[in-house]
Amino acid sequence: MTVEVQGIVRRFGGMAALDGVSLEVAAGEFVALLGPSGSGKTTLLRVLAGLEGSDAGRVRIAGRDMTGVPARERRIGVVFQHYALFRHMTVFDNIAFGLSVRPRRERPTRAETARRVRELLELVQIPDLENRYPHQISGGQRQRVALARALAIEPRLLLLDEPFGALDALVRRDVRRWVRDLHDRLGLATILVTHDQEEAMEMADRIAVMERGRIVQCDTPTALLRDPATAFVAGFVGGATRLTCNVRSGVAHFDPLPLPPVRVSLPDGEAQAFLRPSDILARRGASGAATVRLVREDAHGRPALVVAAGDTLLDATGEFLGRGDACRLTLRSGVVFGAGGARAELAPLQAAVAG
Amino acid sequence: MSGATLMAAPGPARRAKVAAIPGFGLTFGITLAWLGTIVVIPLAALALRPWELGLFGLIDSLSDARVLASLRLSFGAALLAALVDLPLGLALAWAVVRMNWPGRRLLDALVDMPFALPTAVAGIALTALFAPNGWVGAPLAQLFGWSVAFTPAGVAVALMFVGLPFIVRTVEPVMRDLAKDAEEAAATLGATRSQTLRRVVLPALAPALLTGFGLAFARAVGEYGSVIFIAGNMPMVSEIAPLLIVIRLEQFDFAGAAAVGLAMLSLSFGILLLLNLAQRRLRRSRR
Repeated sequence: MTVEVQGIVRRFGGMAALDGVSLEVAAGEFVALLGPSGSGKTTLLRVLAGLEGSDAGRVRIAGRDMTGVPARERRIGVVFQHYALFRHMTVFDNIAFGLSVRPRRERPTRAETARRVRELLELVQIPDLENRYPHQISGGQRQRVALARALAIEPRLLLLDEPFGALDALVRRDVRRWVRDLHDRLGLATILVTHDQEEAMEMADRIAVMERGRIVQCDTPTALLRDPATAFVAGFVGGATRLTCNVRSGVAHFDPLPLPPVRVSLPDGEAQAFLRPSDILARRGASGAATVRLVREDAHGRPALVVAAGDTLLDATGEFLGRGDACRLTLRSGVVFGAGGARAELAPLQAAVAG
Repeated sequence: MSGATLMAAPGPARRAKVAAIPGFGLTFGITLAWLGTIVVIPLAALALRPWELGLFGLIDSLSDARVLASLRLSFGAALLAALVDLPLGLALAWAVVRMNWPGRRLLDALVDMPFALPTAVAGIALTALFAPNGWVGAPLAQLFGWSVAFTPAGVAVALMFVGLPFIVRTVEPVMRDLAKDAEEAAATLGATRSQTLRRVVLPALAPALLTGFGLAFARAVGEYGSVIFIAGNMPMVSEIAPLLIVIRLEQFDFAGAAAVGLAMLSLSFGILLLLNLAQRRLRRSRR
């Protein structure tokens, strides 16, 4: 089931919530729309679902132009941010809703509906809850009900609008994996809207990063981390610290921060460097340069340090130092964006530093 | 509810529970005293007074054809008015909550007018409007041959007027709360607009509609000021029960007046109790 979005524009008043968005999603693919609030990701989802019109561009699903097709005829499963369960209906009736509103000739018999609902309850692993009302079950269970309700119409495409936001962190991890697994088993195309980059990285085959109504980059999670296309993407994914530096004849200077100058092939002028914790190495060194503020061990047993360099706190790695130790910082990699969006990798000035 | 458990909990548990509003014992006492003075004692007096006539005297006083006719009119017209107000109030609430048009705020304010207007003023205005030579009454009389003022229909019109804001104002907050995403979810699941309205929107509003209906009905049963101007007050035809009470009082038939009052009280109480029970059934499964 392919989804093709071509040049969608959606304006609210004078503001363009979507400003020429194009995206393709293949059958069986899991794509995440990632961006800060107000970047247009939910609007795009609503346009796909048919809940919002578009001012230009078009959406094709399985080759069919969806312009003017109302939401109820699209057969797209939507899980809303707050689940939007029908509060006056039992879990059973909520899930059966999509079947029971079909035109009479297509409506399954009562027994058939019941069988399907029980199947879905099994699938989402809440077989005992059919007679409960939404307010009698937990957030995680509600989400499962919302998912089962969306799946009941046998959708060709599943849209998830920040579906994990209301769950507590522990449940969220499990549910994410479980939803991804469900996606794989059912062979749907799924589009997930989220502002949580970790969630997008963990779940999606590809991530479309959105900024002010545009998709600035759409790529696999690893590619996004390795080759961020713009400063915005570099800043939004991977937990990098943004530092301003000055490029003079191919060398970036971080003054007044106690970071060594690095080689970078960018024209002279101000530039933005994005440094991940693994890009910055802290070693025991002369006092006065930088101070270790926090020492932890990351999941792989490597040191994770927070280093104060002047007024700036940097995440760094390197060796296990004590809190309050003075240290010397070196850069071993990182991405720098110059004026006009030119991108370059930084390289250590002296090859001897990297150890 | 938390107050009651607070009282019941003995010893240290009592200190452990913190209620937002302090001084439960004091407020409970004041409430009871207040309730007693302005509700229970007058009602008790009303309930006791008619027995001066003795059981048979009471029955006799109430089985008067004029009394029965007035009770029938009062309750019938109130019921009819509340029923007509129901869809009207729903539509008005919808317009106030959902529609986005310039006159919305004005309409919002206008809805409350029947609350603020002295009912006599409303009654006179309605009478002028619906009289055979009034702006609305004249065309109605000419086109359909209907007369509204000075007939039972006029009573119903006046009661509709006073009851309407109750329905609008009870439905409105629930409608405002009614998340739009439930309607959108219904649409993505394939429901048509009428299916969404019937199966998602109306059931969610049902308890509020029932409450509004009960309030409008209760208000209409007790309404006096606006009705007596438009009703014409013909005994057996367009005379409401509250008016009959006043008439009996003027004739110094205090027990007889109290008897009609008692009858109204019992009927209203019974009907409101039924409405409440229906509402409990509706709400039981919900938040």
